[in-house]
Amino acid sequence: MTTTTLAVLVPLLPFLGAVAGLLLGRTAPGFVRPLAVLPTLTALVLAALVAARQGGDAAVDAATELTPTGSVPIELALHIDGFAALVAVLVGLVASCVQIYSTGYLRDDPRYPSYAALVSLFTSAMLLVVYSGDLIVLLVGWEVMGICSYFLVGHYWETPEARAASLKAFLVTKLGDVPFLIGLFALATDAGSFRITRVLGAVASGSLDHPTLIALLLLAGVAGKSAQFPLHTWLPDAMAGPTPVSALIHAATMVAAGVYFIARLLPLFEASQAAMVVLAVMAAVTMAGSALAALAQDDIKRVLAYSTIGQLGYMSGALAVGDRGAAVFHLLSHGAFKALLFLAAGVIIHAAGTNSLAAMSRMRNLRDRIPDAYWTMTVALLALAAIPPFSGFFSKEAVLGVAEHVVTGHTEHAPAAAGWIVLVAGLVTAVLTAAYAMRLWLLAFRGRGAEAPDHGRQPLTMTVVLWVLAVPSLALGGFAFRLLPDWFDGRDLSPTLTTSVLGTGVALVGGIVTYAAWRHTTALTARVPLGAVAAHPEGDAAQVEAEAIATHEPAYGDIAYAPDPADPGRLLLGPLHRHAAAGFHLDALYRTLFVRPVQAGASLVRFLDREVVETYVRGAGALPRWLGTAVRRAQTGNVQTYVSALLAGTVVLAVAVVLVATGA
Amino acid sequence: MTLAATVGILATGPIPITTAAADTHGFLSPTGVEIAFLLVGLVTFGAAIVTVTTRQLVHAALWLVVTLGGLAVEYLLLTAEFIAWVQVLIYVGSVVVLLLFGLMLTRAPIGRSPDADSGNRWAALTVAVASAAALVWVVVDAFRTTWIDLDGPAAGSTEATGASLFQNWVLPFEALSVLLLAALVGAIVLSRKAKAGAATTAESTSAARSEKDPRTEKGSRSEKEGTR
Amino acid sequence: MHLAYPAVLSALLFCTGLYGVLARRNAILVLMSVELMLNAVNLNLVAFDVWLSKTAEETLHSGQALTLFTIAIAAAEIGIGLAIVLAVHRNRGTADIDKLRDTSERHDPDGPDSDALAAEQSGEAQKAEATA
Repeated sequence: MTTTTLAVLVPLLPFLGAVAGLLLGRTAPGFVRPLAVLPTLTALVLAALVAARQGGDAAVDAATELTPTGSVPIELALHIDGFAALVAVLVGLVASCVQIYSTGYLRDDPRYPSYAALVSLFTSAMLLVVYSGDLIVLLVGWEVMGICSYFLVGHYWETPEARAASLKAFLVTKLGDVPFLIGLFALATDAGSFRITRVLGAVASGSLDHPTLIALLLLAGVAGKSAQFPLHTWLPDAMAGPTPVSALIHAATMVAAGVYFIARLLPLFEASQAAMVVLAVMAAVTMAGSALAALAQDDIKRVLAYSTIGQLGYMSGALAVGDRGAAVFHLLSHGAFKALLFLAAGVIIHAAGTNSLAAMSRMRNLRDRIPDAYWTMTVALLALAAIPPFSGFFSKEAVLGVAEHVVTGHTEHAPAAAGWIVLVAGLVTAVLTAAYAMRLWLLAFRGRGAEAPDHGRQPLTMTVVLWVLAVPSLALGGFAFRLLPDWFDGRDLSPTLTTSVLGTGVALVGGIVTYAAWRHTTALTARVPLGAVAAHPEGDAAQVEAEAIATHEPAYGDIAYAPDPADPGRLLLGPLHRHAAAGFHLDALYRTLFVRPVQAGASLVRFLDREVVETYVRGAGALPRWLGTAVRRAQTGNVQTYVSALLAGTVVLAVAVVLVATGA
Repeated sequence: MTLAATVGILATGPIPITTAAADTHGFLSPTGVEIAFLLVGLVTFGAAIVTVTTRQLVHAALWLVVTLGGLAVEYLLLTAEFIAWVQVLIYVGSVVVLLLFGLMLTRAPIGRSPDADSGNRWAALTVAVASAAALVWVVVDAFRTTWIDLDGPAAGSTEATGASLFQNWVLPFEALSVLLLAALVGAIVLSRKAKAGAATTAESTSAARSEKDPRTEKGSRSEKEGTR
Repeated sequence: MHLAYPAVLSALLFCTGLYGVLARRNAILVLMSVELMLNAVNLNLVAFDVWLSKTAEETLHSGQALTLFTIAIAAAEIGIGLAIVLAVHRNRGTADIDKLRDTSERHDPDGPDSDALAAEQSGEAQKAEATA
């Protein structure tokens, strides 16, 4: 088979799996699990084959036009360069891991068939986005991901949190998608084509008329999808979905789509200095703010969600300084270790029966119950904190190194201001990242107090996957930074001495300070009893998690926050803690700025409709009704009355006829 | 063109001679036949009025006899003697008797009944007067000058009627006999149940009805009046 | 004789019958009024036939023939009509036309009740038949 055929099969297989799963879900439950896992696994193998064949050489391009579509043609096109090939492998890997993990995680869930089919559909859409060489086809995958995300976040639709979160995720990403769509149209009008290769050609020849406008419009869509400030608020709430969904969608793939999109069209963004600065500011605000917020969260998955936002900020930062190699490198390593973090968090939530770090810090021996999750999570957290030699270190160093390059003026791709912004914000975030990683680890695994509840052994499917993902988390960076430049633009990705020392140093400082704070506060743990544990420890992990989500707010008073004085994050953040826990009140701000006026407008419209328009409608109906009543009154049933009226009419007519005939 | 001429031509068609001949006769010079016709007509019309206005139901039937008899005399005056005798035989002899039977079988009250007219009376009066005015106006306007020559052989003698009936009207005549048969059968079918019901349970049902339902008080009262 | 005399008498008789049909409550009186109307028509037919038979050379005496037919049909009509009135009287307990309002809007309490009454009575009649 040619590379093109293989590449076509990669998104197609999960799609067919999804269709078959939806069709057979009720009639043949036995096929659901193979139909979920096997197409995704095959897609992973094929993606790896495609990557091996492509091998970082010239991009594979193929296109076919199904039907003429007016002035700007839309083609089914593939454009597989090194980025696409490797990102597809990552997507396939994470998706396969998540599918396998889900078979254990949602073991007893009655809605598993539709869940698995949606995950497959989602995988297919993401692979389409990755491989597509046509922007409209890319948009199709982009939007399919949006709707899948809506359904999957709302998987526990019995809980009000999940319903609200799914709606919020959908609406906020759509808010970005509208300017995105307009930007795509503007781009295609300027470039004369939706094909990525032609668009890039047009950019290179400088024939774009409005690069800044287009870039900013596209950035809005990217900010929505990749959860960048100011459209990031949906991602922490989206943790109301099942953990595997969080791992797949909200860590490794969907949110990466925005970053990947910029990486594909980076020359377009580079054509506009303003867009690069905006991107840099966006990235800086996102990473620093989300790291602070992560330090204050009580829900383990919300910590990881904010961490995801921060790491995506790193990628955006790398793009803002004009190096997509570093960005995609970080995307790859982050995809691996963040998926691992989420999946391990799923195991922890199942084992502890709660998603609250405050409650976990009051459990002894949680790590002995789940040694696999303990070890793999440790690896992933080290990678997240960018401690050498874990993979996160190398990718983050690549980002910081590029920023430092720009600052010192070694490159003309990006404005120096962007370099400074990214570098400073990156270092600050490195401290905070290490701090919240440390806090998470300490609270989850170093708890003291009562014995952790026994929720039985974790399913094999769930633990094996953790080790599979631990391998790239541990080793990807070290091997990859030498090989990846061949696949990417050829720019060097190896860590520079300055940033390595600086980055590792601040990370160590963050970790040590957090440890000290924890030592200081941990004595309070025993004095303040706190926590709630799921009521059905024998249930499968999904049920335990749903209960944990549903009980968090009643038990602690807030979805993101627990009144726990033993939290080291409280000590470290001081008065900032309250605001950080609430995500710096952005939700409240948006509520005041947008939601309230819209609701007021809606109630005004409702009033107008009910009271004003309805009155006219009623009036229009009342007149015929009165006429009808009057006419009905004539139907007395008295035959003599009828005949009287008939004859009276006859007389009148006859007289009229006679008068007319005589010409009177 | 006036209404009279219009209707006159419509009615007379290709016979303009009569109009010319009729011009010689005026309303102010009635013959003896006309006087007789007018008087009998007045009686007939008065009897008809009483028939439809009297409050005593049986009297209405009797005044109907007067009306129909008056009409028979009018037929005689119009020289249609066969029709006149048929009128007397069938209408006065059988139809009125039938109607009287009907009145008795439906236990119509004897004596003045206050509710002989329905609430529709004033509308009916209006319609009747209006149509009468219209009809009389049209008829008088059309046939003001038309004259019937009653001299010579009688136009409606039994011989003439029989000849025309059995020369020209045999097929409708026979069809009519079928119609009469059908009516006979229909009447029997309609009243057969009545006979079965009336023979055995007329008394018991009406008694039970008056006990059970005050709504039929009127019916039972009329029944009492009938027996009285 | 002037043709107007019988014609006017016929019109007046017809309208008298019309009034009776519209104003009388008892169904048999209505039938009588119908007879009046029929006779008015008969008078018209006879008068015109006599007039035509004198003026035309050839005549079919169609007016008189039609009068005879009308009389025959009136006889049939009166028989059937009386049978119907009797049937109604047997079922409803009344021969008053303005009480037979089954086609009306169901505002008056008479309509459905009289139906129920009729059903009750026919049921009783059948029972009585069975016992007899």
